Amino acid sequence: MYEELRAEVARLGLTDVEVDFTGCHGFCEQGGLVVVEPEGIFYTHVGVADAREIVDAHLRQGKPVERLFYRDPVSRQAVPRYHEINFYKKQQRIILRNCGRINPEKIDHYIANGGYQALRKVLLEMTPEQVIEEVKKSGLRGRGGAGFPTGRKWEFGRNVCADKKYVICNADEGDPGAFMDRSVLEADPHAVIEGLIIAGYAIGADEGFVYVRAEYPLAVKRIRVALEQARARGFLGKDILGSGFNFEVQMKEGAGAFVCGEETALIASIESRRGMPRPRPPYPVQSGLEGRPTTINNVKTLASVPVIIERGADWFASIGSEKSKGTTVLALSGNIANSGLVEVPMGTSLSTIIFDIGGGILNRKRLKAVQTGGPSGGCIPARIPHTPVDYETLTMVGSIMGSGGMVVMDEDTCMVEVARYFLSFTQAESCGKCAPCRLGTKQMLEILTRITQGKGREGDIDTLFTLARTVKETSLCGLGQTCPNPVLSTLHYFRDEYEVHIKEKKCPASKWQRLPRRPLRK
Amino acid sequence: MTSVAERAQEIVSNYKGKEGVLIHVLQDIQGEFGYLPEEAVRVVSEELGISLAEIYGVASFYSRFYFVPRGKTIVRVCRGTACHVRGSGRVLGKLEEGLGLKSGETSPDLKFTLETVNCVGCCALAPVVVVNEKPQTVLNPDKVIATLKRSGNGGQD
Repeated sequence: MYEELRAEVARLGLTDVEVDFTGCHGFCEQGGLVVVEPEGIFYTHVGVADAREIVDAHLRQGKPVERLFYRDPVSRQAVPRYHEINFYKKQQRIILRNCGRINPEKIDHYIANGGYQALRKVLLEMTPEQVIEEVKKSGLRGRGGAGFPTGRKWEFGRNVCADKKYVICNADEGDPGAFMDRSVLEADPHAVIEGLIIAGYAIGADEGFVYVRAEYPLAVKRIRVALEQARARGFLGKDILGSGFNFEVQMKEGAGAFVCGEETALIASIESRRGMPRPRPPYPVQSGLEGRPTTINNVKTLASVPVIIERGADWFASIGSEKSKGTTVLALSGNIANSGLVEVPMGTSLSTIIFDIGGGILNRKRLKAVQTGGPSGGCIPARIPHTPVDYETLTMVGSIMGSGGMVVMDEDTCMVEVARYFLSFTQAESCGKCAPCRLGTKQMLEILTRITQGKGREGDIDTLFTLARTVKETSLCGLGQTCPNPVLSTLHYFRDEYEVHIKEKKCPASKWQRLPRRPLRK
Repeated sequence: MTSVAERAQEIVSNYKGKEGVLIHVLQDIQGEFGYLPEEAVRVVSEELGISLAEIYGVASFYSRFYFVPRGKTIVRVCRGTACHVRGSGRVLGKLEEGLGLKSGETSPDLKFTLETVNCVGCCALAPVVVVNEKPQTVLNPDKVIATLKRSGNGGQD
């Protein structure tokens, strides 16, 4: 389609038009998307054949093509402009500030939008301590899921004495149903690199790594291009911007192991070993890659840093809820009208995200539950739709903020099957090093499979509870410690469904059921 | 020396004397041959001074390393949560049936490999099947099977 637009513009000899590509706009449901600036006219579901019409009618004759306008799913009204669409109107885009607005393979676009200004300010006007102070004051917390305060992590990193330190960008986004990091890396790779250089300066590291998941070939390519361009412009290398600060970044590609998102496993993988976690302490910030102090941050955390430096900690801290500052990027998917990438202030309610931005449930079904945090998270039932999305509240209701996956489930979804699905994932991805995780996930999976097959026994629920608690409390790393969450949260909110499966040998929901709605004949 | 061993030697020579490069070397070798031929792995072992046991230990830990030749067309069914909720289990079953392969298997004529992937991050397209790195929405698996069999080129039309 892009080629077709270019060819058509060339054919008609339109000289005041530039056709370019961008990274993801986030509104995946409506793709392919074309935006005509400066008016901000937003075309959806554009195919190759439509490209010609857009060029001829809109660009040449100034008559926008109404047929391709976005239509509000509720009112059925056409909404021509980007900023008037509900999906975008209720979002606040900080981390995704450049996504869909710049060509990610052109560093000039990033710079023209204020890129690398923060780096300039940091290197020439601020001491590392001032940078850390600013990040601390902003209240930024790790966007990888655990929510550890970034400024404090950097301070630990700074205060460790060593002749060599490392910083790593964790881009091993492994949660199924999560694509936030992929979109940021593909649409705005320089923001992540700028954040990583600033992190390196603050901590006193001269070398950084970006560890990218192998399943994301386009992200790998964009990071590679961006690193070359940053190097050519002198944002990487020796004596950056004449400040005397040296910093180099290498990219490492993963090889398909979910557990490598865990920081000690990630380090093992960078060192070309089996990606198995080790007990902490020592924490990587004390002893990480090659035994040297290593600070690891998530993609979105790093992408937030340049904005904090530019616009100030107070501005950032004014957004969000009391303990969770700034915005959160969510990958909205599942049985929802508007699948896509959504960025909202922390503390925005689930109902705003699902109904106002997400456009509600597909096929006029009812909402049953929302799953956040992937295999480490839990299911939040529809009866608490006003739950604010922030670290504390989601943990309180038995789920976690996680890295931002949000899968919406409708009334036909069997919750026992959801738990079984996640367990089959974590069981397969468990590295096998510690017994609780290796054996516990297997046992839980067997019981859940049995229940979904109508062979559940009296006492299965109690056994599940015991196993889940044991695995949660005694596993070595985050994978094991959090993998019982899908089981515990569905048991807590949907225990009746488990009971119907076990006692009546039937499934109260209708989808992907292995059991018919009527009881099985013995 | 065979051509596989020679090529492997060339690849390893780019990394000699560097630390922690095993995964890179294996990725390059797989990029060249499509899998990790034993002959090539033996070269890596000798050149880098790492035991075969250790190399296979590392390689078998990761799901993206393969030890047998793979099909010309690689069909990967996404088993991410969004795809699961939108019925990827059924899609996988149909593809297994239609291609006569279980997930993880390659057809004896090396035309097709069928496998699953945890999530490719294209959740709006769910349920997703990736045919030779190209993701597509698959609502009707029978149609994909027919295209795959007809063209053998990965069903890309």
